[in-house]
Formats: sequence, C-alpha cells, structure tokens
Amino acid sequence: MSSETIALTTIGEAERPIGERLHDWVVTVDHKKLGILYIVYALVFLVVGGIEATILRIQLIVPHNHFVSPEVFNRMMTMHGTTMIFFVAMPILFGFGTYLIPLMIGARDMAFPRLNAFSFWMTAFGGLLLYFSFVGGNGLYGAGNAPDVGWWAYAPLTSRAFSVGHSTDFWTLALLVSGVGSIGTAVNFIATILCMRCPGMTLGKMPLLAWLNFVMGGMVILAVSPLTAAQIMLCIDRYLGGHFFDTQAGGSAVLWMHFFWIFGHPEVYVLIIPAFAFLSEIVPVFSRKPIFGYPVMVAATVCIGFVSLSVWAHHMFTVGMNSYANSFFTITTMAVGVPTGIKIFNWLGTMWGGKIQFRTPMLFCVGFLFQFLIAGLTGIMLGASPFNWQLSGSYFVVAHFHYVIVGGILFALFGAFYYWFPKMSGRMYNEVLGKWHFWLFLIGFHMTFDFMHIPGILGMPRRIYTYEPGRGWEIWNLIVTIGVVFQAAGVIVFVFNLLWSLFKGEPAGNDPWDAWTLEWSTTSPPPEYDFATLPVVKSRRPLWDLKHPEDPDWKYE
Amino acid sequence: MSKVAGIAVLLAGGLLAATLCFGAPASPSQIPSIFKPESTPADSIFRLSLLVLSITGLIFAVVFSLLVYSVVKYRRRGADDGREPPQVYGSNQVELAWTVIPVLIVLVLFLATARVIHSIQDARKPSGAIEVIAIGHQFWWEFRYPALGVVTANELHVPVSDPADSSPTFITLLSADTDHSFWVPRLAGKTDLIANRVNHTWIDPHETGLYLGQCAQYCGIQHAKMLLRVYVDSREQFDQWVEAERKPAVAGGTAEEGRRIFETTACVNCHAVSGTVANGRFGPDLTHLMSRDTIASGAAPNTPDNLRTWIQDPDSIKPGSLMPAMQLSEKDLDALTAYLETLR
Repeated sequence: MSSETIALTTIGEAERPIGERLHDWVVTVDHKKLGILYIVYALVFLVVGGIEATILRIQLIVPHNHFVSPEVFNRMMTMHGTTMIFFVAMPILFGFGTYLIPLMIGARDMAFPRLNAFSFWMTAFGGLLLYFSFVGGNGLYGAGNAPDVGWWAYAPLTSRAFSVGHSTDFWTLALLVSGVGSIGTAVNFIATILCMRCPGMTLGKMPLLAWLNFVMGGMVILAVSPLTAAQIMLCIDRYLGGHFFDTQAGGSAVLWMHFFWIFGHPEVYVLIIPAFAFLSEIVPVFSRKPIFGYPVMVAATVCIGFVSLSVWAHHMFTVGMNSYANSFFTITTMAVGVPTGIKIFNWLGTMWGGKIQFRTPMLFCVGFLFQFLIAGLTGIMLGASPFNWQLSGSYFVVAHFHYVIVGGILFALFGAFYYWFPKMSGRMYNEVLGKWHFWLFLIGFHMTFDFMHIPGILGMPRRIYTYEPGRGWEIWNLIVTIGVVFQAAGVIVFVFNLLWSLFKGEPAGNDPWDAWTLEWSTTSPPPEYDFATLPVVKSRRPLWDLKHPEDPDWKYE
Repeated sequence: MSKVAGIAVLLAGGLLAATLCFGAPASPSQIPSIFKPESTPADSIFRLSLLVLSITGLIFAVVFSLLVYSVVKYRRRGADDGREPPQVYGSNQVELAWTVIPVLIVLVLFLATARVIHSIQDARKPSGAIEVIAIGHQFWWEFRYPALGVVTANELHVPVSDPADSSPTFITLLSADTDHSFWVPRLAGKTDLIANRVNHTWIDPHETGLYLGQCAQYCGIQHAKMLLRVYVDSREQFDQWVEAERKPAVAGGTAEEGRRIFETTACVNCHAVSGTVANGRFGPDLTHLMSRDTIASGAAPNTPDNLRTWIQDPDSIKPGSLMPAMQLSEKDLDALTAYLETLR
C-alpha cells in the first residue's frame, strides 16, 4: 500500500469570498463535508436538548415547584427526548460514519454521494420542522405550541380528540422526513461498505468501525421503516378518518406501541453499535495492541443485530401481555446481554497486557466501559419482567437509559471527537482542557444519573412535572439537579476547546496517535479525493504493517 | 489511579447519603418503596429482585475489578522503553469461557423469572376475592365494586388479606380515554389501563394502612397529579365502609340552597350523587365525597376551604384539570360548599 500523500492545498481557499465558501458547504456531495455538517448540526441540537433537560431538572429540584407550567414541562420533556434521539444521537453518529467509513476502507467517497447529501438535508429539515412548532404550531393553548405527547407519542393521546391543533403533526412529519433521511444514509453505508473497499480489503480485513456501521445500517432499514409507516398511519388517523390507533372507534393503542418499539428497541442498538465502533478503534490504539478477538467481535455484533430485533416488547411488559409473551421477551432481552458482555470482555482483553496511554479519548473510553457495564446490568434487572413491572415508567428506567445514552454513547462520542478531531481539522485539541472536560462531565454524570435510580425505587414515576413532598424523593432530586451544573460546565469546556483548537491548536500531522487504520495515512484534513492513489492492504492494520515491516500482521491473521 | 479514587469517593458518598436519607425525612410508611412490599405480588417481585441484584452485583464486582486491574496494571509507566507490547490477537478458549458462563447465568435468571411471572400472572382467583373495576380518566381514578354496589373515586378501599384465609382484591383495569397505569409500589407492580382493552391485576395486602401510588403512564397535562391512595382496612372496617358507601346520599337538610345550585348548574353533567337527579359519569361520583381524605385525585386535602377553591378555580390546585371553573357568586359558592359537606 502507499502511505504517500500529495500535500495539496485548495488554491486560494482563504481568499475566496465567504459567500462562495458557504455555498460550497450547501451544495457539497463530499462525504467529509457532509459528515462535518451532520456533526455540527447535531452539536447545535445537543445544546438545545441540553437546555431543555436543564429546564426539566430546575422544575424538579423541589416538590411543588412553579418554575414552569405543566404545559411547558410536558413540551420540554417531549422535545428533549425527540431532539436527543432523532436530531442529536442519530445525525452525530451518521456524521462520524459518513466521514470515516470511506477513509477507513480506502475509498474516495460514499457509494451514492448525492443520496448522501439528500439524506443529510432531509434530516436537517426534519429538525427544523420540529422546532418550527415553537413558533408556528397551533395547538390547544394557542400558537407556539411544541408537541407535548411524550417522545413515544402513545395512542390515543395523539388522536385529534386529545391532541387538538397541529403540534402533534409537527412531531409526526418531522420524524417522517428525518426517517427518510436515515434510511437513505443506511442504504448508503451498506452499499459503500459492500462495494467500495480498496484492493485487498476483504470483509474479514475491514476495520471494526466499518463492520459495526454495516450492521447498524441494516438495523436502521429494518427499524426506521416501521416507524415511518406508523407515522403515515397516524396522519391517516388524524386527517383521513382512519382508525388504526383510534380507540374510540375500535382502533388499538397497543398496535402503536408495537410499531413504536419495533423501531424503538433496535434504535437503542442503532445508537450504541457506532459507539461500540469508536471503542473498537480507540481502545486498541491507546493500548498499543490489536483488538482482542476480531472475529468474535464481528460475530457478537451481528448477533446483537439479530437478537435485538426480537426484544421490543420488553418496553411493554406493563401493557398486560400474557405470561408466555412476557417470558419470551424476558429471555430474548437477557440473551442480548451475552454478545454485549462478550464485547466488554474483548475490550478488556485488548487493554490486558498493553501499555495504556490515558489521553483524553482513552479516558472517555474507560468511562464508557465502567458506565456501560452498569447500564447493562440495570438492563438485566429491567429485563426480568416482574421486576420491570415495578421499575418500568419510573425514574429507575430514566436513569438506566441515560446511563446507556449519556454514560455510554455520549462518552464514546466525546472520545471519538478528541480522537478524530486532529484528522478532521488538522489541529490538535488542548489536552488539559480535554481532561477538565472529562472529569467535570464524569462527576456531573454520576451525580445526576447514579442518584436518579433511587427515586424510581422509591416509587417516583417519570414524566411528572411536580411531585408530592414527604415521599422521600426530595433529596435525590436535589442531588440530581446539582449534577447538571457539572455536566453543563464540562460541555462548555468541550465547546470552547473545539473552537479554540480549531484556530489556535498545534498542527496535528497525518498520524498523531501512531495509529493503524487507513484514515491516518492521508493528510489532516484529508484532500477532497481522500487518497492520491488508492491504498492496497494485506491485513486489518495496514499502517502497522508499514511501520513494522519485520513483524507484519498479515503473517498471523 | 485518580479515577479509582474518584469512584471510591462517589460510592462512599452515595452510601453515606443513603444512610442519612433513608432514616431522616418523611414518615417511612409514606415512602412508596418497592423494597418494602406488603402484598404477595410485590413480595414475589421483591424476592426475585434480590436474586437479580445479587447476581448482577457479583458480575459487577468481577468485571469492575478486571477493569480497575487492567487500568492500573497496564498503564504506560514513566520509564517506558518505547517498544510496543506483545501483539495478542485473541484466544478461542478465553472467548468460549466468557460466552458460556454468561449463557448459564442468563438461563438461571430466566428460569427464576419465568416462575415469578407465572405465579403472579396466572394466579387463581379464590372465591373470597373482592372484585373491583378501576377506570382511568384524565386525571382521576374511578373505582366500582359491582358485587357490592359501590362506586367511588381516587381512594380505593380493600380489606386486609390474612395469609391463612386469603381475601385478595382482583382489579379489572379499563380506561375511559388515554393510557394510564395503576401503580402502588408496595402492593404490586404496575399494569396499564388502556382504552379498548381489558387488563387485570391483583393485590392481597397483609397489613392495614394507607398505601400511596400514582399514575405511571403519561396520560396528558396533569399526569403528575393523578395520585392514587389505597386504604387497607381491617375486615370490620371494610364492611362498615361498604355499608356506608352503599347508602344513597344524605338528603340536603340544612343545605337545600346548595343542593339547588348543584342540581341546576353544570355540576350534574359530570358528577353523580346517588338518589338525586345528578347522574353524570364524566367526573368522580360525589355521593360520599366527605368520606374521602383528598380531592382532585389526591392533589389537595379534602377541607372546606380547598373544596371551595376547587370549585372556584381548579387551576390553582391542578392546572389543566378537566374540571371547569364554575363562575359562581361568593354566596352561591358558600352554599354549594356547604351542600357538598353534607355528602358523608
């Protein structure tokens, strides 16, 4: 393979007028620019969703608080959930995938660059449509009415009898539009990975990140399609006199739940598998060892992909399914813990015997391992359906899935940010600020989400805008809210670090981490065509082979 | 190293806080903790949860120790020779071990769980069981005892169940509008109330007393104040309560003016008072309103002042509740409140 790259600067980039440069971003079909657009877009929504969460937590800091009205609280909790899942987590992970997959498999772009741009703009317009409801949504309480039906939008609350006006329509249409974008991206990932690999890169020599995003793509197609279909059915119910979910006319509320969760549970894995992908790239590099058990990691991922399609009704243990259905979904839910556990063990196996460097990306990965372990174990508790009858719908569940999404996915994402920031920007981030970010966020995270389990055990349901004093919940809610301050401080340090390093950071060079995958063989940032000559690989770690010609990987694989 | 210390401090802090707070505020009986079960379903779940907690706790201890060990042992030291560590690609034996052991653990957990699922969901209804129909409304609970001829709201009365001579309460769960969920943590896990669907749950409380719960499925604007109170009475108390509840409303007596206002305004469209023209079903039955400790589904204590406020401006107690502000003069408000106070 070739590690040579032509240092090429776009001619007169700095002199071109700003309008022209912005125009480039709007019409681009380059996977790197689209990846960065996804990421920046999602970061903006991360801050918006974070502000919404902060409003929720301020309202709950003491019982019978009057910081916001119940109407506003319900809108905030709906918008927080919808935003974080559909307009932060998915786009940001798609962004990293879009940016990294072609670079890591030695391709010059995605298989369908125009579809790539189309998918991004669909997702982007979906988010704007959702937020337009804050000014244009006409609802029960007048104009400026964001959706307030919860992010699951359970029927029949979404029927016109209970959700007057158009706020629910904004929710439905936003998800419909962004769902089309998600499916487009998934198709693109799969096609790119199957068809665009560089010479020598068989499926068994692909970086794990590509493998995991491949599985994720398949899951998106299977999971997002039913949700998109359900949104269309809901529109038919609301405007064309359909009765799919209209219980007053013989429709079924439970049918919506099935549609939503056959999307909703695979969705959790759609989000966590790219996080696994980051771990599988970052942990080996900072442990200075290849990933432990590559074939098993691939098999476990595919296994998670399949099993996670059969667990959705564990979100519905309380809807009165019979004991056989409850038993079935108990065993599938617990079974998915096995391949997930294998992954944790393999990352530990990778660290075992290595020389671990605790740079910021690795710190976040260790945080991920610790928190994801706990999240998995509380998941086992929730999977035992009788235990679930107590814990479901309580703050314990809220703590559990925030452990997965914040403690797992977001920590892995922060790790990925610091790891690939030098590649994307060509500059190093500030290591001291990175560590400040890590520790502040870690402390805030644990204050908020460790203690959030307890009110759930003490009987506090989720989605309540206020609560009664004297039930033993006050102190926990207070601690949980204080944790938000630390998390917010951590995020501010992070954003500052990104912006400061973008302009003032040290030049990073092509390969700051002494890493092994193909993206580090090209310049930082990579030229528009990624590689001057397409690389040829012989093993899973092409740059290792190059750096250690006396001891190449391909002799052992 | 500092991470380990940080986690240790956090854990210690958590334990300290736990010890401080479980003992300190709120009378303990008012805490609806799932770990203080007083009824068979809640108790079986509690026992299962102990098993699940100890197994997951053990897994946590093992994996966490491995993580800490590798982080401490294999970190790069200051005096590093700069050489790469041995490149290990994997080991089939190790992979097999950490696949088979979790599979066995999952099997054990599943079998224990399936047993509890069966024992709770497929429990036989004994002949002495009390039957209640619970209907969820935005944002209150309707309770009907068809065999006993009792209709009430928000405060469920059930007899204590002596384990030797069991008299459990079987509850049929229905919804009049959106989804709700019946959750009294110390008595049973939650079961949803879903429109156009019939669900069931049962409880057999072993101790008399008041058990708190609330709606656990988001049902709209006032989901938070759809509170639930279960009074577990001794058998005699329960029989007396049923006897009193079956009687029609006490005739107005001194509060004829208030009764006239009640029966000639919109009150009767939604509320029922048995033995009078009021037969609305949209709101709670008021026949024996004064036998209840709270109004507005537990949102406020049932005092004359609160009743008056509730009629005049429900939003001040429960914003978004479906009870309209009645727009009555001060005089009529007093009369109406006086009438309601006679509904014992």
